[in-house]
Amino acid sequence: MNPYAMLQVTWWLLLGVLLIGLAVMVGMDMGVGTILRYVGRSDIERRVALNIIGPHWDGNQVWFILGGGAIFAAFPLIYATAFSGFYVVMLLLLWTMIVRPLGFEYRSKIPSSAWRNAWDWSLLVSGAVPMIVFGAAFGNLFHGVPFHFEWNLTSVYTGSFLGLLNPFAILCGLLSLALSVMMGGLTVMNGAEGPMHGRARTVVQVGAAAAVVLFAAGGAWVHAIPGFSIVSGPGAGVAQTPLRQLVEAVPGAWQGNFSARPSLWLLPAIGFAGMAGALLAARAGRSHLGWWFGALAWIGVIGTAGAALFPFLLPSSEDPSMSLTVWNSSSSQLTLTWMLVMAVVFVPLVLWYTSWAFYVMRGKVRAERVAHDEHAY
Amino acid sequence: MINGTVVDLSRTQFAATALYHYLFVPLTLGLSFLLAAMETVYVTTGKPIYKDMARFWGKLFMINFALGVATGLTMEFQFGTNWSFYSSFVGDIFGAPLAIEGLMAFFMESTFVGLMVFGWDRLSRGQHLAVTWLVALGSNLSALWILIANSFMQDPSGAAFNPVTMRMELTSFQELIFNSDAQSKFVHTSIAGYVTAAIFVAGVSAWYMLRNRHMELAKRSFRMAALYGVLATVGVITLGDALGFVAAHAQPTKLAAMEGQWKSEPAPMPFNLIAFPDQARQENHYAIQVPALLSLLVTHSLDGTVPGIDALQRRAALRVENGIPAVEALKVLSKDPANAAALAGFNAHRQDLGYGFLAQRYEADPGKATAGEIAQAARDSIPPVASVFWAFRLMVGLGLLMLAFFVLALLYTLPNVVHRKTWFLKVAVWMIPVPFLANEFGWLTAELGRQPWTVYGVLPTWMSASTHSVAYMAFSLIGFVALYTAFISVEMYLMMRAVRQGPEENWRIES
Ligand code: HDD
Ligand code: HEM
Ligand code: HEM
Repeated sequence: MNPYAMLQVTWWLLLGVLLIGLAVMVGMDMGVGTILRYVGRSDIERRVALNIIGPHWDGNQVWFILGGGAIFAAFPLIYATAFSGFYVVMLLLLWTMIVRPLGFEYRSKIPSSAWRNAWDWSLLVSGAVPMIVFGAAFGNLFHGVPFHFEWNLTSVYTGSFLGLLNPFAILCGLLSLALSVMMGGLTVMNGAEGPMHGRARTVVQVGAAAAVVLFAAGGAWVHAIPGFSIVSGPGAGVAQTPLRQLVEAVPGAWQGNFSARPSLWLLPAIGFAGMAGALLAARAGRSHLGWWFGALAWIGVIGTAGAALFPFLLPSSEDPSMSLTVWNSSSSQLTLTWMLVMAVVFVPLVLWYTSWAFYVMRGKVRAERVAHDEHAY
Repeated sequence: MINGTVVDLSRTQFAATALYHYLFVPLTLGLSFLLAAMETVYVTTGKPIYKDMARFWGKLFMINFALGVATGLTMEFQFGTNWSFYSSFVGDIFGAPLAIEGLMAFFMESTFVGLMVFGWDRLSRGQHLAVTWLVALGSNLSALWILIANSFMQDPSGAAFNPVTMRMELTSFQELIFNSDAQSKFVHTSIAGYVTAAIFVAGVSAWYMLRNRHMELAKRSFRMAALYGVLATVGVITLGDALGFVAAHAQPTKLAAMEGQWKSEPAPMPFNLIAFPDQARQENHYAIQVPALLSLLVTHSLDGTVPGIDALQRRAALRVENGIPAVEALKVLSKDPANAAALAGFNAHRQDLGYGFLAQRYEADPGKATAGEIAQAARDSIPPVASVFWAFRLMVGLGLLMLAFFVLALLYTLPNVVHRKTWFLKVAVWMIPVPFLANEFGWLTAELGRQPWTVYGVLPTWMSASTHSVAYMAFSLIGFVALYTAFISVEMYLMMRAVRQGPEENWRIES
């Protein structure tokens, strides 16, 4: 492989790392939002749940922002084509998501119970909807998305909003919701005691069981979806536009990478093991261990999807030859190099101080403290 | 072909959401440093009043911060959702600072802000102080990287067009980040944030003094704000001058619009203090002028000149004609990248490609452009003069007003008599909106003055937008405005409530 191709593959892997970071870190906070009204029966219980993630939600959310920024920097054509094509879905995602910071910050600033109830509902919506959209967007990649390019690479999306809500995409959306609910439950178990802990444990088991079923169903369903396959094109590590290749829809192509490299079957295995491990650990009351299993489940699920699609990133159902791949949508060699330097320096630094922040705030959140701290949520 | 209404709606939406975002950002930039300063005094002197100050202003900081984050989130994705061609055309360069901003600045700011709020009794004094400083540093780093991105749009350096990939690509990372526009822009903008926080703290403190509440906290906060404010206002004005100096070189059309300079004139050029520019007739209806001041301000000498709009427009017409063959060659290269004749043709005209795009707006096949269409494309290269002229005058005027305010504030607060100057305290309260307006006018100057380009001289705005339908754009614009207006009403209400409650009051829960 030439150095440019190696950089492209490295950035494809890094994108996977970022998406997993997003799913794990943002997913758990959104899960807490989704289950807030169930695990917290009284106002103070809900405040305890919110204060468990209170010190971390903003830092965690940066995984989402960085996900957007990194796609922009490393795969600008994906950033441009996917986000404009998914316009209404993106609005749904963003508009629900931006209610969250206000929900955290403003909910407990006024004692009125109508006020707080309204924010609790909005935290539910802004937790559940983005996770469904996130999964559904992934699901759509398997069918391909209806878009094409003009001569100067203006992208034109020709599908409708409802087309993005097809049954397979909804299944993927539900899988992502189930995993986030599972992680939210584990997070609450980590930080709460008493009845809340028990309710959160139930949530984890429901979420994990649903995830197992949905992941298995999705895996079976993919076999029925025709995959895409590159017939000819400039190939890896060559500067090119998406106007220069020939791609065909081939039944079974999404299994091609797994047949070529059977070791990839480890990825779905890790996914199932993570879900089962989280479920069992939660039953045993070992929620910290369960959280790490949950992270493993996300690695397995996102890894499986990525491995099936590779090298495709955004297949076009309208004109398969205009599909975007790792090779034809990446940034130039110089940009990928500089961004890699930045990632190598800063990702470990971020992981280090994030761990320190979790370490400082470790332990249980107690109701008495929340009630008396004027800075608490 | 892109629909003109869609472009206008996209512009309106971007402008509205960015202006909303920028209502919250300056206060974050400035107040984070003031919090760090207050806490530093607390840690070094051990006086508990400074801890009360840091915690009280910290509460207001967080109410503002939440909306800064919420409105910032949508910004991060709007380049893709609404400026799709822009994103693929310059994403190779422009995406990098945006991603680095997340990696280097947002993570830092957002992780430590959690510890700043929740860590008071989990961290040692020194650790907490360090955390507060890191929040301030993180927010200012985020301004640095986003302004590097924005400066690429104002003065694209470190990049070149690659006909193989049909987009702009990075040629020098160093040139991108050490762009002189970026440097002065960063300092001017972040110091403008310090001015904003200084006025905010002074105004709220004055409100307490008027009511004889929390006098100790209010007087001390006022004094710190006044000191910070004087220094910052002087800094903003100095750097504003530097920005004008840079703009004169990088963006002559913006400078000419800022000054309402329709005609080229011999040195020393007069300065239009007040004028009413008329775009259609290319003249000012009425003008009050100060002799020789323009030469002094923008060239820092009496015999310097800058070109007027007449000369710039003539130059643009030539570049449009020269750019048309570049666009035509590119069309051939899109189908057949190996075509040597097209490549040679492209290379001969490549420096004017962007101007060729200006003509393409009127003629999909620009080779067929008529003389009238070329003249129109050249006229398009001039930004909306009256808006830029007035936005700039308002920013500068408000800046001078704030300078006067802070000088007085310092004169009253150093001898500790400000709490007796009731009239001045009332003025201070009314000053609170002023820096927010100045900031918005500053951005209107910068961004309207860049028109008709998204990337100056390289990519016209009309090409940059996504190919949405008018209905989609109307829907999203209305949605954003409605949502943000609701958000801001809630924020203002909570802010005023928190101010009325004052420092020592606790928010208690009903259980
Ligand atoms: C408190 C806010 C504030 C104040 C008092 C001033 N500015 Fe400003 N100015 C800004 C806040 C701002 C800003 C919002 O931060 C801008 C918008 C873009 C930027 O870089 O900074 C800006 C832009 C901006 C630009 C356009 C830069 C560009 O096109 O890229 C110029 C030439 C100046 N300023 C000059 C001045 C001068 C000569 C001032 C003298 C009083 C001044 N500003 C006061
Ligand atoms: C937060 C502060 C900012 C404010 C208040 C602001 C304001 C504006 C305004 C008023 C416009 C409309 C100009 C017009 O179309 O006539 C605009 C356009 C635009 N700005 Fe900014 N801007 C800000 C920061 C930025 C930054 C940092 C970037 C890039 C990193 C940027 C990129 C753009 C783009 C892509 C457009 C749309 C294209 C165009 O109309 O030229 N803006 N902005
Ligand atoms: C149009 C371009 C812009 C984009 C895409 C953007 C993006 C964002 C995002 C995603 C956040 C949330 C970060 C978090 O979760 O902590 C944010 C917040 C912030 N942005 Fe922007 N931003 C833009 C313009 C600007 C400008 C021009 C400045 C300053 C000069 C700025 C300064 C900040 C600061 C200081 C914050 C911290 C949060 C707050 O103010 O409450 N941004 N921005």
